[in-house]
Amino acid sequence: MLNDLFADYTLRTVALGSALLGIVSGVIGAFAVLRRQSLLGDAMSHAALPGIVLAFVVTGSREPVALMIGAAFACWIGAMFVAAIVRTTRLKSDSALGLILATFFGAGLVLLTWVQQWPTAAQAGLDRYLFGQAATLLERDVITMAAIGLPALLILALFWKECAILAFDPDFATSIGLPVRLLDVLLTSLLAVAIIIGLQTVGAVLMSAMLVAPAAAARQWTDRLGVMVALSGIFGAAAGVIGALLSSTATRLPTGPLIIVCISALAFVSLLLAPRRGVVWAWLRNGRLSVMR
Amino acid sequence: MTNEQPAIQVTDLTVAYRDKPVLWDIDLTVPGGVLMGIIGPNGAGKTTLIKTILGLIRPAAGQVLIYGKPYAEQRRLVAYVPQRSSVDWDFPASVLDVVMMGRYGALGWFRRPGKRERELAFEALARVGMQEFAHRQISQLSGGQQQRVFLARALVQDAQVYFMDEPFQGVDATTERAIVGLLQDLRAAGKTVVVVHHDLQTVAEYFDWVALLNVRLVASGPVAEAFTESALRATYGGRIAFLEGRCSGAGAGEPRAGIVVSS
Repeated sequence: MLNDLFADYTLRTVALGSALLGIVSGVIGAFAVLRRQSLLGDAMSHAALPGIVLAFVVTGSREPVALMIGAAFACWIGAMFVAAIVRTTRLKSDSALGLILATFFGAGLVLLTWVQQWPTAAQAGLDRYLFGQAATLLERDVITMAAIGLPALLILALFWKECAILAFDPDFATSIGLPVRLLDVLLTSLLAVAIIIGLQTVGAVLMSAMLVAPAAAARQWTDRLGVMVALSGIFGAAAGVIGALLSSTATRLPTGPLIIVCISALAFVSLLLAPRRGVVWAWLRNGRLSVMR
Repeated sequence: MTNEQPAIQVTDLTVAYRDKPVLWDIDLTVPGGVLMGIIGPNGAGKTTLIKTILGLIRPAAGQVLIYGKPYAEQRRLVAYVPQRSSVDWDFPASVLDVVMMGRYGALGWFRRPGKRERELAFEALARVGMQEFAHRQISQLSGGQQQRVFLARALVQDAQVYFMDEPFQGVDATTERAIVGLLQDLRAAGKTVVVVHHDLQTVAEYFDWVALLNVRLVASGPVAEAFTESALRATYGGRIAFLEGRCSGAGAGEPRAGIVVSS
């Protein structure tokens, strides 16, 4: 398969796109996890679905850039609704997130079903945004992903220390004069970028795992923020490439679930086996302690 | 910065959560160079008061001045120690990383902490007796050590006015003594220190200035004048008892020891 990777143009495109998706979602997802906003990523990625379908209805084309813009809008509106609900009602954020996730995704499914009953052929394949289909990645899709993903990573690098302090101690960040609201908007926007990059390959349903699992795995292996974020990107990329290659070669399985199986396995192994933080080592330590007593 | 100008001037400050007032019409003047305890029962608005002064909570009405100017213009003069429990101590950072965060305000955008910031951080860690923990992961610290790290972060801010929210909460006796010593050093250096505190027994020993708060400001001023039995009764209502006789030598209006608050 490795030989194919370098020889086969389609496979190379797929692998490159999936690696990009994995790095961006791993790095940006790490901040979402550290800020305890994993569920926001979940709600936003589900909320993208109606945006995709509406963008198709409006433009009449399956041009990925148009669909991405629609998805980004919907992600954003979903996130704003969550914030507004928490601010103005007595609902807590988990309820608000659940509500928005289900409402938007339900609306998206209704729209998708309606559009798929159209007598034309243009809408064929829109359903791949549910579970992703890496084999359909074209070179220009990968270029689009890079064109929005790499600037997102650059922005995160520029505001690194501000984002770090916002994640650790938002009150202190406010007290030293950081525009915490704006930084929050920035991080939420970056989250939206990571999601729309992943939609075509992983799909709306499982995209949130791509934001959470690499970070959860990476946290097990290090106590340093920089290392954790880098590892998270690497884990995401590795899972993306392996899953996408498996799906686009022999099996013809949807890519999203395959990628998620890969990253989940990685997270599971990390949770069990990572030195010091791993569950197994904790058992061994406790066992040894009780023997010593 | 003249000595005549108060370090903190709070005027007509009212804060409400939804319709419920948490702080009502607070007028408080704190002169420079005092070590002040904010005292009051649970839910009295002690934390809310310092968070509002620091601009973390927007008041419904009123004004706060730090050395004569709004907080937004005087940030560099102010350092803040939040409650220890307000952050996740499993965050991937070392002690040194956290202390250097105190320099981020002075560093400004896009600049990374460098050698100078590390030196300042080590200096501050030495002052709280934590220099050998500089590279320790913060999740491996005890409660008292976490509090010292937060204090060191405030020290590197090199401020004039320090706000500390319950710095003695859940720390060991050694840490408490070390922190008190540090606060008194700060006052001796001319700094103003404001501490949210709930242990009435130690007020007179630790502080020279006090504010008694229960939604309204009951009393404020030098401990000898403001920390009186009648003011305490007004602050805590019926939930306070004064054990006469345990404080030999203390006058009637000077309840130094033997104050019991039932909660």
